[in-house]
Amino acid sequence: MSIFVDENTKVIVQGLTGGQGRFHGLRNRDYGTKVVGGVTPGKGGTDVDGIPVFNSVKEAVDATGATASFVSVPPKFAAAAIMEAAEGGVTFIVCITEGIPAQDEAVTYNRLKQEFPNVRLLGPNCPGIISPGKCNIGITSGDIALAGGPVGIVSRSGTLTYQALHELSQQGIGQTTCVGIGGDPVPGTNFIDCLKAFNDDPETKAVMMIGEIGGSEEENAAEWIKANMTKPVVSYIAGVTAPPGRKMGHAGAIISGSKGTAQAKMDALRAAGVHVCQNPTEAGEKMVEIVRAL
Amino acid sequence: MDLFEYQGKQYFARYDIPVSPGDATDSVDEAVAIADRIGYPVVVKAQVKVGGRGKAGGIQLADNAEEVRKHATNILGMDIKGHIVRIIWIECSSDIKKEYYASFTLDRPNKKHLGMLSAQGGVEIEVVAEEDPTAIALLSIDPIKGLDLATAQQWVKEAKLDEEAQAQAAELLIKLYRCYTEGDCDLAEINPLILTPQGTVHALDAKVTLDENASYRHPEWEAFRVNETEDPREKMAKEKGLNYIGLDGTVGIIANGAGLAMSTLDVVNQVGGTAANFLDIGGGANADVMAAALEVINADPKVKAIFVNIFGGITRVDEVAKGVLGALEKVTINSPIVLRLDGTNAVEGRAILQPHLNDKLITEPTMLDAARKAVGLANA
Repeated sequence: MSIFVDENTKVIVQGLTGGQGRFHGLRNRDYGTKVVGGVTPGKGGTDVDGIPVFNSVKEAVDATGATASFVSVPPKFAAAAIMEAAEGGVTFIVCITEGIPAQDEAVTYNRLKQEFPNVRLLGPNCPGIISPGKCNIGITSGDIALAGGPVGIVSRSGTLTYQALHELSQQGIGQTTCVGIGGDPVPGTNFIDCLKAFNDDPETKAVMMIGEIGGSEEENAAEWIKANMTKPVVSYIAGVTAPPGRKMGHAGAIISGSKGTAQAKMDALRAAGVHVCQNPTEAGEKMVEIVRAL
Repeated sequence: MDLFEYQGKQYFARYDIPVSPGDATDSVDEAVAIADRIGYPVVVKAQVKVGGRGKAGGIQLADNAEEVRKHATNILGMDIKGHIVRIIWIECSSDIKKEYYASFTLDRPNKKHLGMLSAQGGVEIEVVAEEDPTAIALLSIDPIKGLDLATAQQWVKEAKLDEEAQAQAAELLIKLYRCYTEGDCDLAEINPLILTPQGTVHALDAKVTLDENASYRHPEWEAFRVNETEDPREKMAKEKGLNYIGLDGTVGIIANGAGLAMSTLDVVNQVGGTAANFLDIGGGANADVMAAALEVINADPKVKAIFVNIFGGITRVDEVAKGVLGALEKVTINSPIVLRLDGTNAVEGRAILQPHLNDKLITEPTMLDAARKAVGLANA
């Protein structure tokens, strides 16, 4: 089984007529994802390579029965696009947009929680989600993933997600679902949401969790794992050598004072019984060892 | 972007937050002119983005023009924890009856805004938090509802601010919250917020961090971009639009994606090397970006080897390979380049480089192998 999406998930792409939206939307469709429509205000009635374009999410949902939206619009419009998706009746929103102001993210997150408690937002600033062989929403290259499980992956970083997929696929270890939660300060979906879902998914036998400096999501996840997780977790945290006070690329990846260090995160995870590894390769090897012993 | 104190105060003034009258300058003569204009006594304050400037002698009181001249001369050019003082802020000296602390920032775990208010200001808030956490009144604010006056009035009471300061402080907090939200700050902090013997409340310091993601809706931020970085490498990278942070080591790093770039630094460190920089060429980087990245790293005299770590996603490895060759044609790269190439079009990329490989252009199959090779070359 997969989490959050499956082979029946119908997806619309907000921003399908833009460069990025078109490229990734078509790539997702070619992978086998049911991409049933696009949304661009003013371009309703046209199509992108055979995919019908609608003026609004509401119209698209009414016409196609889509339940998921892939938001690929510039930062200025992203918060409004996310709200439009929820208002239009979509229940799973993937936003890959990088560079949304934190104030907008905070408002959007809280509006979703209060007005649309059943809607899940993944991202912003994330690579998306792929359930190999079933559904791929976002920018992950489908060919580095391997279907059939038994590993679930959750990660804050895009390229490290690819690295993790690559390490496992090369060894013939498949994935149930790989979720990129993104590197922004206010992620719609966090580690715990994904760990819970993987814990409840009978096909997922082990979880790879990739974190980075900044915030306290990893520490919170460690607490949750200690109390609830029944499956082995392998983890790698990026940024051991990152200097304090500097944003390491991601808006959320910053050590402020003594808070958010990689060391604190690794200590917390280790104390929760997680296999903490020093680099992505080591994490891959550890996971292979665990899966082979299952 | 972190603001200097004077910029923070200018930003506060936009939101009507009371600050001491003053002005900034980089010259001694102008410092005297400012002091003459605003009236003595004045305080001459070093403008550096680092704490501890008072202890370092970077804040001095002056009663007359002669003293302003003396202090301005001493402070301009002063080295405070590696930061050279290029600008000083001259402001009217304030009599202080009480020092408070106030700030707004994002409470990441709760996804709400967090207000912090304390009657114990003037010292580092981390110290207060450790020694007497009850001295800080925390306020969780729903970003949708915001902060209203009634809540602020209750809050200043809870924080035990002096009664005569409460009404003014509550109003000031509303303005500071507006500055934090509408002004797109990651952090808006006043320490100390003071009560004067005359009974007025105003900001004696300003610590503001702006959210760069919001710069598109703040054209006024352009004025703050002076002297933003003193590192010539970072200046050059910025001009070329690269996401670069200068460090002290000998292995130049180029990677695509922030996580992978961070991880590359870690791996270099684990195999006994030190990174000269963090450089994320981002998703979808083409040949020109790659060439620009190599040029920036090449300009760093400490670099002894360059480690290019690419996992193609949106970024196509063949483009990266072309960029490397393009850069080699344009400029002489001083250090050997070790590449690890995987992901989208990696086979094509490796094929492009194959005829050009030599002892200064090397590929390795994995991230760890490449790190070992680059560190070996850098330490040789």
